[in-house]
Amino acid sequence: MIKLLSSLIIGGIFGLGIAISGMANPAKVLNFFDLFGTWDPSLIFVMGGALVTAAIGYRIVFGVQSKPLFEPSFLVPTSRDIDKRLVIGSAVFGMGWGIAGFCPGGAIPALGLGHSETVVFVVAMAVGIVAARLANTAMVKSATA
Amino acid sequence: MDYTTEFTPWLSLGGGVLIGISATLLMALHGRIAGMTGILTGIIPPVSADWPWRIAFLAGAILAPLVFVTSGGSVPFSVPPSTTLLAIGGAIVGVGVYFGSGCTSGHGVCGMARLSPRSIVATIVFMIATFITVYVTRHMMGL
Repeated sequence: MIKLLSSLIIGGIFGLGIAISGMANPAKVLNFFDLFGTWDPSLIFVMGGALVTAAIGYRIVFGVQSKPLFEPSFLVPTSRDIDKRLVIGSAVFGMGWGIAGFCPGGAIPALGLGHSETVVFVVAMAVGIVAARLANTAMVKSATA
Repeated sequence: MDYTTEFTPWLSLGGGVLIGISATLLMALHGRIAGMTGILTGIIPPVSADWPWRIAFLAGAILAPLVFVTSGGSVPFSVPPSTTLLAIGGAIVGVGVYFGSGCTSGHGVCGMARLSPRSIVATIVFMIATFITVYVTRHMMGL
């Protein structure tokens, strides 16, 4: 129970940060990338603030803790391979982000703002994830068959 | 249409620091990366065995902005793309983050903060791709 409450509160801090930063507002996100139009550099401050805080935070956590408080070990990705999947997937993500103005971390908290456009995006994104997972399973099967 | 948004360095910095604090706490207490793609993918069937903390995190992420606006806070929101483009963009984002194993929060914040080479490459690639897409849709296609 304490684990769930903790996760709820940590999710809440994330969602509040997204909402006040402007990441939940597609117009603001698109303007960050529109260098030759209605440019709004605010998102540099979101990314910079989050990155520097997390970098310092992680250093402290990994420096003083041998394991997380509620779990037996840290679950951190260990792969270091720069493969085609990573590069093409990231390029495709950027294309979608540029079309819609929402990224996953911006859209989920935006659901709490109660606008129907967010629901359209999140449902479509979930469909995309399911389709990608099915395609991936089919590809793995045909590769091993 | 006027797409102009107000430059908000302090609010954006403050929001960014909160995102960084959330990422730090999720690692310190739960040993997890605060990446929205990873957290979300685990609750889409077939659901991961560890779904409860994921649902709690997502519930918190949705409830906090709701509480903020109902208690008088204001969050500017406008969506320049049409509903059709939102749906198309959403599906493309879903496919991209699945194969790319992450998005702005997972790669751009958490992965970059741990200096993961994969995340650094992913972040550079999606930032450039987004920039090009916005240029093409807004200035070449006039969307």
